[in-house]
Amino acid sequence: METILKGRRQQVVKKDGKDINIACEKQSLAGSVSQRACVFCGSRVVLYPIADALHLVHGPAGCAAYTWDIRGALSNGPQLHRMSFSTDLREKDVIFGGEKKLYAALNELIDRYQPKAAFVYSTCIIGVIGDDVDAICKRVSKEKKIPVLPVHSEGFKGTKKDGYKAACEAMWKLVGTGNTSGISKFSINIMGDFNIAGETWMIKEYYEKMGVEVVASITGDGRVDDLRRSHGAALNVVQCSGSIIHLARRMKEKYGIPFIHVSYFGIEDMSKALYEVADYFKDETVSNNTRELIQSEVNAILPKLNWYRQKLNGKKACVYTGGAFKAFSLIRSLRMLGVQTVVVGSQTGSPEDYQMLGEITDEGTIIVDDTNPMELAKFVQEKDADLLIGGVKERPIAYKLGLGFCDHNHERKIPLAGYEGMVNFAKEVYTSTCSPVWKLVPRRKHLYEQQVETNCSGSCHECESTCDIKTQCSGAA
Amino acid sequence: MEQQASENYRPTKNPCRLCTPFGACVAFNGVAGCAPYIHGSQGCATYIRRYLIGHFREPVDIACSSFGESTTIFGGKENFDTGISNVIDGYAPKMVGICSTCLSETIGDDVSQFIYEYNKNNNTAPLPYLVNVSTPSYCGTHSDGFHKANRAIVKTLAIETMKHRGINIFPGMLSPADLRYLKEIMNDFCLPAMLLSDYSDSFDGQTWDKYEKNIEFGTEIKDIEKAGGAKASIEFSTTVDDESSAAGYLTETFDVPAHTMPMPLSVTSTDKFFELVSSLSENPIPQKHLSERGRLIDAYVDGHKYVFEKRAVIYGDEDMVIGLACFLAEIGIIPALCATGGQGGKLQESLEKLLPEMISQITVQEDTDFIDINDCARSLEPDIIIGNSNGYKLKRQLDIPLVRIGLPIHDRIGASRILHVGYRGAQQLYDRIVNAFIEIQQEDSPVGYTHI
Repeated sequence: METILKGRRQQVVKKDGKDINIACEKQSLAGSVSQRACVFCGSRVVLYPIADALHLVHGPAGCAAYTWDIRGALSNGPQLHRMSFSTDLREKDVIFGGEKKLYAALNELIDRYQPKAAFVYSTCIIGVIGDDVDAICKRVSKEKKIPVLPVHSEGFKGTKKDGYKAACEAMWKLVGTGNTSGISKFSINIMGDFNIAGETWMIKEYYEKMGVEVVASITGDGRVDDLRRSHGAALNVVQCSGSIIHLARRMKEKYGIPFIHVSYFGIEDMSKALYEVADYFKDETVSNNTRELIQSEVNAILPKLNWYRQKLNGKKACVYTGGAFKAFSLIRSLRMLGVQTVVVGSQTGSPEDYQMLGEITDEGTIIVDDTNPMELAKFVQEKDADLLIGGVKERPIAYKLGLGFCDHNHERKIPLAGYEGMVNFAKEVYTSTCSPVWKLVPRRKHLYEQQVETNCSGSCHECESTCDIKTQCSGAA
Repeated sequence: MEQQASENYRPTKNPCRLCTPFGACVAFNGVAGCAPYIHGSQGCATYIRRYLIGHFREPVDIACSSFGESTTIFGGKENFDTGISNVIDGYAPKMVGICSTCLSETIGDDVSQFIYEYNKNNNTAPLPYLVNVSTPSYCGTHSDGFHKANRAIVKTLAIETMKHRGINIFPGMLSPADLRYLKEIMNDFCLPAMLLSDYSDSFDGQTWDKYEKNIEFGTEIKDIEKAGGAKASIEFSTTVDDESSAAGYLTETFDVPAHTMPMPLSVTSTDKFFELVSSLSENPIPQKHLSERGRLIDAYVDGHKYVFEKRAVIYGDEDMVIGLACFLAEIGIIPALCATGGQGGKLQESLEKLLPEMISQITVQEDTDFIDINDCARSLEPDIIIGNSNGYKLKRQLDIPLVRIGLPIHDRIGASRILHVGYRGAQQLYDRIVNAFIEIQQEDSPVGYTHI
């Protein structure tokens, strides 16, 4: 029995000063119990928050059932995105084709729910039975006078990343079809934030306080009409680059809209994002507003973070994310809380992403691509991690082994972005890693026994004197 | 281009079921040493794992052939071979439970042939059993996948064997608490029982000293091998197709008598179950269980006024709905809407047979979804909803209690600990239902009574 399968050994490295040489962007190894999903999942997750669109999954009902209301993406208006619609193909449709059902389904659902647009997701078998989805969409679009957009998301056609691209292609058809009059010269699109637990709203408020108009939020709390006029923005601010970069590139090519990469997780990255947007506009008022905003936000949360840092200092974390970009911010945020990242990986990182991970992690950190439960478990045990950050699929690995867990996936219900989100993040990490229940978990019990010997009163096993967070947030002082 | 779908066709809106491989994976998780394996796209395995983890809050490892574009064009054999070898390397299983998906079925992969060739080409090492079940998502539901996988397990493993006094129990998709309770009952009757599939420990385990493969627990393969020699089989299902029934297979092949009965959620059906077990074991019903029955009836009496002629909306797997309807009828609640996403077409017929006096007051929806359930429920003026977490939206709209049972329960902790069957299950459910009504009475009163 082998913990790291032969076919996966190139996808695991330990940082030892040199360049990170890791295999990635590969189809998952068969039989490896990958934590990844499929192309459909990639498309579905990107488009999911568009709240006034109909999301129809063309195929058997399973794919729609598993994606019904599973995300924490909020809308302050329509809630149509939280429904699950499927053409529900049956055996004879697989033989005779599903086009008739698709046509009938679109008609019924558009009549009943009056969406502003419809996305039609192709699942695995659609790519095999040869339904002409594009033709049906075109026809319904003409008849119902709303955009009906095929999403070519057959599950097997690559990885989740290819699904992101298919979603961007579908959205691209909307961009440029709306009226852009009245948009400020200081305007942006928020791209790649999904309004999990209201995060987009927080970010939007920051921009508005800076004096920057948000034209479209793509796709958090998204609306079809906003997407249509999103080409009127002066700048695209791209988070979660893997998911949305394709659309940003398209917009740059056709409309000349530049884009910048940002992250809203952690004080450092959050502040950097706002400063970069302000710098782009080179306007004194915007710059002053930004400085004031950041100073007041950071000052408000520093005492709280210091408190958490005292509790968390010396703990070790394993971080496993979908895209690698989020991992960068998490490593930095954890460091600010005194937590060292000892294992880090992603489902869909690129060679450049892993190079970056190599640059910001400590020596000896294990870096993994497209890992699985057996490997993750081995690494967290080897590195004696106290905390695992991931999604619901990773949660049982943590809990079974007596590690704290923080959900940083789209399913969470707590905002972790922005300044307020950083406090929530610290609280989440604290609430889990410092709970007294671990004292009763056999695998972790010894840590607390040691603690009694060293006369440490807290529930953290490596309490050290802690330093204040003062100088670590770039530009904030 | 003719674009008319059949008049009855409606798209599915908020499905009341999961897909076929889901049920197969649940079944495979209940065999000791079995690694579940999906021959299809990576997403199928991951979505199913995600859903099961949400419900059971336990690790669920399901391997997969991880189809790519070329796999789909040239067939899945190469990925199958690699995948099975990797699962054997990674998990050292005694059995690999393989289910297909809509994709692998549609491209025409012949998994039986793949297995035959895999066994032939790897005959130097001892190989695990490779059990295969066909579960395209476009045929049936998770419930069908569950039954079919159990049949496939028995079909592959059961061999000609000496007749013995033990029995087989095919309880359906119940909770770990139910499975433990059934084992306790059999133990109390001193009756050896092969319970398939028994995921009570794999889906409701302890914390670990080191990371386990989590495939160790469940029904022992050696016990399944002997299923053909059992004195009888009991199957808690009145809706399973003959060709999907594990008990049916053992009758056809080894002449093991099959006793099919509704899921015993009520006193009446639990009585029948206990009588049957008593007769098969040739032991009287232990006093412990008779006392539990007695206390349950006493509780029914204590709470009867709170529930009489209340109206319930119930939904879920066909067999669970049937069992639940019988229980509700027994305590005076009208199961005004009995709904299932199942496509077996036997719900109406079963309810007519089991509840002839009440059937005129029951609306039955089969192959339905939650939008149709919601639309219909509103007109029925129900007092309570009983079913899985997916009824929560309806609960919010109608502002009536939802008592959670079955699967999925992804908005509460403790799904594994919910008892459904037997006197003890009825007791637990009864208390929860009565207390739900008492709570309304208490909360709605401006007085704020502290004694009810």
